[in-house]
Amino acid sequence: MSEPLSSQFVNLLAALLLLLAFAMLSQRRVLTLIKLLAWQGAALAASTAIVAYATGQMHLYFSAGLTLVLKVILIPWVLHRLIDRLYIRWDVETLINIPTTMLTGIGLAIFAFSLATPISQMASTITRSTLGIALATVLLSFLMMIVRRKAVPQVIGFLAMENGLFFAATSATYGMPLVVELGVALDVLVGTFIFGIFFFHIREQFDSLDIRHMEKLRED
Amino acid sequence: MDSPSLLAASLAASIAWLAIGLLGLIPARESALARRVLFPLGALAGLALAAFGAQAAWLPSASLVLPLGLPDLPFHLRLDPLAGFFLLLLGSVSAGVSVYAAGYFRSESAGRLGLICLQYHVFLASMAFVILADDAYLFMVAWETMALSSYFLVTTDHRLPAIRSAGFLYLMIAHLGALAILLAFGVMHGGEGDYSFDALRAANLSPFWATVAFLLAFFGFGAKAGMIPLHAWLPEAHPAAPSPVSALMSGVMIKTAIYGMVRVTYDLIGGVRWEWGMLVLVVGAGTTLFGVLYALVQHDLKRLLAYHSVENIGIILLGLGMSMVFFGFGHPAAGALGLIAALYHTFNHAVFKGLLFLGAGSILHSTGIRDLNAMGGLIRKMPIVAFYFLVGALAISALPPLNGFVSEWLMFQTALQAPLLENGVVRSLIPLFAATLALAGALTAMCFVKVYGIAFLGQPRERHGAPPAAAEHAGTDAGPMERLGLAWLAAGCFVLGLFPASMLLTLNRVGASLTGSGLSDEALESSWLWLVPTEPAKASYSPIIFLLVVVAVVLITIRLVRLVYHGRVRVADPWDCGFPEQTTRMQDTADAFGQAIGRVFGPIYLTKRHLPAAEDAAPKYSLRIEDRHWHWVYLPVARLTEFLSEKVAWLQRGRISTYLLYSFLTLIGLLVFVR
Repeated sequence: MSEPLSSQFVNLLAALLLLLAFAMLSQRRVLTLIKLLAWQGAALAASTAIVAYATGQMHLYFSAGLTLVLKVILIPWVLHRLIDRLYIRWDVETLINIPTTMLTGIGLAIFAFSLATPISQMASTITRSTLGIALATVLLSFLMMIVRRKAVPQVIGFLAMENGLFFAATSATYGMPLVVELGVALDVLVGTFIFGIFFFHIREQFDSLDIRHMEKLRED
Repeated sequence: MDSPSLLAASLAASIAWLAIGLLGLIPARESALARRVLFPLGALAGLALAAFGAQAAWLPSASLVLPLGLPDLPFHLRLDPLAGFFLLLLGSVSAGVSVYAAGYFRSESAGRLGLICLQYHVFLASMAFVILADDAYLFMVAWETMALSSYFLVTTDHRLPAIRSAGFLYLMIAHLGALAILLAFGVMHGGEGDYSFDALRAANLSPFWATVAFLLAFFGFGAKAGMIPLHAWLPEAHPAAPSPVSALMSGVMIKTAIYGMVRVTYDLIGGVRWEWGMLVLVVGAGTTLFGVLYALVQHDLKRLLAYHSVENIGIILLGLGMSMVFFGFGHPAAGALGLIAALYHTFNHAVFKGLLFLGAGSILHSTGIRDLNAMGGLIRKMPIVAFYFLVGALAISALPPLNGFVSEWLMFQTALQAPLLENGVVRSLIPLFAATLALAGALTAMCFVKVYGIAFLGQPRERHGAPPAAAEHAGTDAGPMERLGLAWLAAGCFVLGLFPASMLLTLNRVGASLTGSGLSDEALESSWLWLVPTEPAKASYSPIIFLLVVVAVVLITIRLVRLVYHGRVRVADPWDCGFPEQTTRMQDTADAFGQAIGRVFGPIYLTKRHLPAAEDAAPKYSLRIEDRHWHWVYLPVARLTEFLSEKVAWLQRGRISTYLLYSFLTLIGLLVFVR
């Protein structure tokens, strides 16, 4: 292989990211989902740091650190507190059974790769080959949001989607400007808090976090 | 002044209107500030604008770029003869209306008057900007400002549900039209990304796209002008609005739609086709006939006037259509005459319809009634209003020597050029449209005989029609400011009627700057005395000689009668057909007067008549005539919309997963699309 070592590391971490996305898609337990999310954040932080080292861009170090603090420590901790308070450590139900979901996911991954090939040929970054993986992660997380029936896994899917977007930004253009990244990171954090508050309200209203109950809100 | 400074001065006058409007918001305990100062100031700004516009019609065009608007998208202004003519119209009519409004709003509270003052002057300024705009962006901004400010003026009495729904209908049709105009600009600009009118003029459209642009613009401006079947808002909004606002809307605002039509068709698209002219003619003829027939059976005075606005828009469209047909077949002199006739009628209608609406406003203010069936004998209580109303009624009935006659006569002269046309079918159709015009003129005269006879002559028909509060000062004539406004517009009817040649030459200049061709040289030798549209051997008209002859004949007749007849005057009861006693309720009513037309043209109306039975102890008669367009056009559209909405509502499942699936599928679809 003629690629430099850093590039190979990034590819490895990207593969890990995709694997974690599939794992989240197949996982039934909320607690494990949160752990997987934290691992995904860790892989993201590591890959960002490696890119920063390889290209010598200072602001990528910052965003790697930010990712580590927010996505590996703070948000998983908040989610842990949340499910403790809400007593929802148990299994989650899916709308579609897991093998079907996984097959759909594989289709999506292939679609994402076919989509990313022409774009990554245009990009000039060392991480360009991972753009397909980033897109696949976004789509898989979206799929996870669709097939889950409870509110908490949906939020986890949302956060995973943001991870995928972040990775896409890093791999296509070496990340967004630091200001944008700071803003997005804060948004995600605030969003998590707001979701947490809403969970309590939803449960108070419907005695459950099953989103099926929200169908009652439909206008006839 | 040269034309750039005229443009700057017109801009200053328009901005002065905006400033006056804002001054109206100054919290005042008394409404005197707005009445005594702001509205007269607005009238002065209008006069100034009229003067600038009149000069600009004779000068080359000037343009100006304002450093306002969005970044990289500044506002362009341009003052050319066409814009100058419409500024003259806007300024002179609004001056009269503003003076009148200063008197009319005397009983409003200070807070409400402040708001009215703001909306009124923003409305005026937006119309000026519509006329001055030289790019589609400023045009649309001004156009929508005009629609919104007039919506708020229409719903001044928004506590009444009927007025709210009238306002809603107006707003809906206005937005429908604005959408079509926006699309028309989009088609015209041909994908360059530059929306200045210069770029639109330069864009080279294929005949197909030019026709699409024309159809969109015709629909959009027609919605504002009130051509059928988009006229439905006029008879609803005009009675709802305060009378000065009705006068402005009917007099000036719907004329900005004519301005837009002329600007887009002749100037921006260019290359007028005769097929377009035929469409305009057909729609115009329908609008004319329909408007006047419905006006005849109305008994609400302002509603009746609103239907006459529909009719007059039809007449203007007839002129425009003939002009387009002649231009399309390559007869520029006849085409220019048609355009001149249409623009002349635009101005005339603005003046006399403004006058009539103001007169209706004075009646409403003084008696509190709009229902003709309840009026009667007003000529004795309000002689001054009665005189001015008579002037307006004679003008709208196209009787010489007033202004309505001149423009309709010019239209007939245009129609008489039909033998020039090569296409036999079109050649034989043009006289039909001219006949429509003649029929409409006769029916209009009948309608105003009805209005004047019922409202001003005879005895008051029903006392209970007037609310008690209004009955107290019922019968007071208009105040001094109102009289001044009425007199200004009535004088306009005389001036435009008696000295048509100078207007003809001005309009010839407007047409020449727009199409590059004007009237024949012989026509341009029209003097102040003789109006010659084509050549002296064919037709000429002198309103002043006509007036002198009429006056002389009347005087001589009176003198002769005095000489021959013994001269004794005997006062006696009128012939009473042998009835022992007569009440005022035995007089002819407005409904009865329109009855004959209602029978002859029966299928056009949707009549709901309730006749009492012979043995009924408390007999009641009721008659309601509804606009058929509601059942032909509007209700089917409403039902279709409801049906489609129900089908689309199926998408709303109330399930978050389903909604997420929608966005997911959209995302996938878009990704596939951009590949």
